Amino acid sequence: MIPLNSLEPSLSRVDRRQAVQWMMAAVSASLALAKSPANAGVSEFKPTPKGYGTDPLLAKNYVPGDFWPLSLSNSQRTSAAIICDILFPADTVSPSASSLHVHDFIDEWISAPYEQQASDRQPILDCIAWFEAESEKRFHTPLSKITEEQRNSICDDVAYGSKSKAFDKAAKDFSRFKYVAAGGFYTTPEGMKDIGYVGNTPMVEFTGPTLEALKHVGLA
Amino acid sequence: MPIIAANQLQPSYDVIVVGSGAGGGQSAYTLTMNGVKVLMLEAGRNYDPVTETAMFQTKGNAPLRGVDTPDKPFGFHDATVDGGWTVPGEPYTQASDDPDQEFKWWRPRMLGGRTNHWGRISLRNGPYDFKPYSRDGLGFDWPIAYADVAPYYDKVEMLVGVYGSNEGLENTPDSPEGILLPPPKARVGELLAKKHAAPMGISVIPIHRAILSVRQDADNIPAKLHPGNERAQRILAEAMRARAACFWATDCGRGCSIKANYQSTTVHLPPALATGNLDILPNAMAREVTVDQNGKATGVSFVDKTTGKEVSVKGRVVILAASSAESARILLNSQSARFPKGLSNSSGLVGKYIMDTVGANLGGQIPALENLPVHNEEGAGGHVYIPWWLYKEQAAGKLGFARGYHVEFASGRRMPAMGAGAGTKGYGSKYKEEVRRFYGSSMGFSGRGEMIPNEDSFCDLDPNVKDKWGIPVLRFHWKWSEHELRQAAHMQRTFVEIIEAMGGKPSKASLSGAQAIKKGGEIIHEVGGTIMGANSKKSVLNQYNQSWDIPNLFVNDGGGFASNADKNPTLTIMALAWRASDFILEEMRKGNL
Repeated sequence: MIPLNSLEPSLSRVDRRQAVQWMMAAVSASLALAKSPANAGVSEFKPTPKGYGTDPLLAKNYVPGDFWPLSLSNSQRTSAAIICDILFPADTVSPSASSLHVHDFIDEWISAPYEQQASDRQPILDCIAWFEAESEKRFHTPLSKITEEQRNSICDDVAYGSKSKAFDKAAKDFSRFKYVAAGGFYTTPEGMKDIGYVGNTPMVEFTGPTLEALKHVGLA
Repeated sequence: MPIIAANQLQPSYDVIVVGSGAGGGQSAYTLTMNGVKVLMLEAGRNYDPVTETAMFQTKGNAPLRGVDTPDKPFGFHDATVDGGWTVPGEPYTQASDDPDQEFKWWRPRMLGGRTNHWGRISLRNGPYDFKPYSRDGLGFDWPIAYADVAPYYDKVEMLVGVYGSNEGLENTPDSPEGILLPPPKARVGELLAKKHAAPMGISVIPIHRAILSVRQDADNIPAKLHPGNERAQRILAEAMRARAACFWATDCGRGCSIKANYQSTTVHLPPALATGNLDILPNAMAREVTVDQNGKATGVSFVDKTTGKEVSVKGRVVILAASSAESARILLNSQSARFPKGLSNSSGLVGKYIMDTVGANLGGQIPALENLPVHNEEGAGGHVYIPWWLYKEQAAGKLGFARGYHVEFASGRRMPAMGAGAGTKGYGSKYKEEVRRFYGSSMGFSGRGEMIPNEDSFCDLDPNVKDKWGIPVLRFHWKWSEHELRQAAHMQRTFVEIIEAMGGKPSKASLSGAQAIKKGGEIIHEVGGTIMGANSKKSVLNQYNQSWDIPNLFVNDGGGFASNADKNPTLTIMALAWRASDFILEEMRKGNL
């Protein structure tokens, strides 16, 4: 069971000024998704309205919401955080995905003006709605109130491919959710540490594989 | 002399260089170090890698975790500014709707051009590569031999700094002792591939990259590169001391703020500017080379993108180094009553014989690399490669395709990105453990092969489409021959063999060459279009990149390539640009230019 208060800091991250900005931008953002078909035979740049443009400042750290408004409702964000934590619960190796704001990254992704990410929007919203509906259906309790065991029992039906035809769509939607959540998790400092990535740190010399690593593959 | 605006132009320059990448940067460097007054025109904006490069930013610091978007087609942190496969306001067209005949053209719009993000792989063409027609009767011989270019390879390697090793392999030239910097050690996956490829007769050796594995010898190299020119030596020594050695972190494609790798903006342009002999005008979109009634080039006419106005500037010599296709476009657009087909085009060959590199990739998962003890495997792309190894079989006609390829590697425990963990089933702590197990156990193999120039691959001006400044755009015609398609299929078979020999599971290979091969232009090695030769009827340039028709006009990018060996072209572009610039200096001294 994920204690709800552990989610609160991240869920209340958005201040009111930003929320208003997002709402104002929401209408034009949805228009941006429409894209004109390619002019056959001409290779030309098609601008994405509300994207970050072809010359953004690169040597800078960004967070979700910096370039386009986030769009999940409060309840969708809560559910997204819960599903993130089913995938990536806190354990001895790393903290929970929601404590790393992975659900905010999912929000950034599905709210993006670019076609590729926008095509993930509906499957991911459907995935969230499916978990919510299954919780009500199976336990007559909202997703936020059921136990970890109950949550996992829902997830079992979609996390290993579809168990039956009835779960085909849910399993497909879940795999999109998982793709985005996993990418989000493993690109945080804690996720990189979890996976065993120790780069991005200056070295005087590239020392090569350790003896231990060479032994592991039979080269020493 | 510095970065200027159009209203600060001098009335006239000794030399105008169009383009600021490998060819333009090298030309400006060689000429200004020898006292020549140069104007460099760049179509994109000014760019400073020292302040603009994302060095330690993680994927998590970028919007969308840094994935490719139409705005940043090689990912958010890639150095490319205002460009990619398409450039806003600057379309190009395809002669055919057949997807197999599509040509893709990567262009940035920034000072330093593509040198800011390129892979830094710096392989010399070998002796065979300059005389391909003599060896197999296909394509064209260059009017020069390896021995003509070797001294310039030496100079460029000393100037930009290239790491690698001398292995004494066929058509894979060694550099003279003391020139190459020490290569970094191989990674675990690379060593494993080496072990299992050896019984197949395949050598896995250190790759050559334009990256400082150690700092350059600023005390001795300047005197070797500029004998008798103390000022140039002093300026170069200072520029070399401003470069740090690689610290084996941060993807080179982002550029390098510590100047540890070669990009024109950190290696060629700072010393050239320090001479006081270089003006750089950014946002200057070249339209045409202007000529006088005697048919000599008088300068360049360009659009000042900051005002939209057309401006002309005069020069005794004009060097085009705008990228091979863009330079061909400028020549084709330089039309007049005297030159109705465009400039330097008496042979009718401007735009003809464009070539890219043959590319095909395959990945595999290697169980032996699962659960590898944690250690740092980052820094400077692949550390090894496979040079072409089947020269004898090819000469004996056993392969069904005439030219070779080399193989580049991607392996190691690199910075996680989108896609991490996505292929592993399950959820929760057990799933996380599985992801840990598989992380870093995949390897990617990329074949990079020689394409033979053909009659069906060329560019001309589109009769209808113009860019936002009203300049006619290029139309590309493209077709691979059976040689390239069979070569791509051979690459796939090789990758499967290597991966299986390593005990790995290859991804599904495309065993048909047509399926495996990347599109024309996609490897971003496009060369040709103004090929050099020994005969003015059959080529556009002579051996010094000099126009046969217009003696004070040169093309110092990859346009002059008469063939496109599997070796990545940038090092050769720089060597030939240096050689051409030495020739210009000599001709100026003699009063011929």
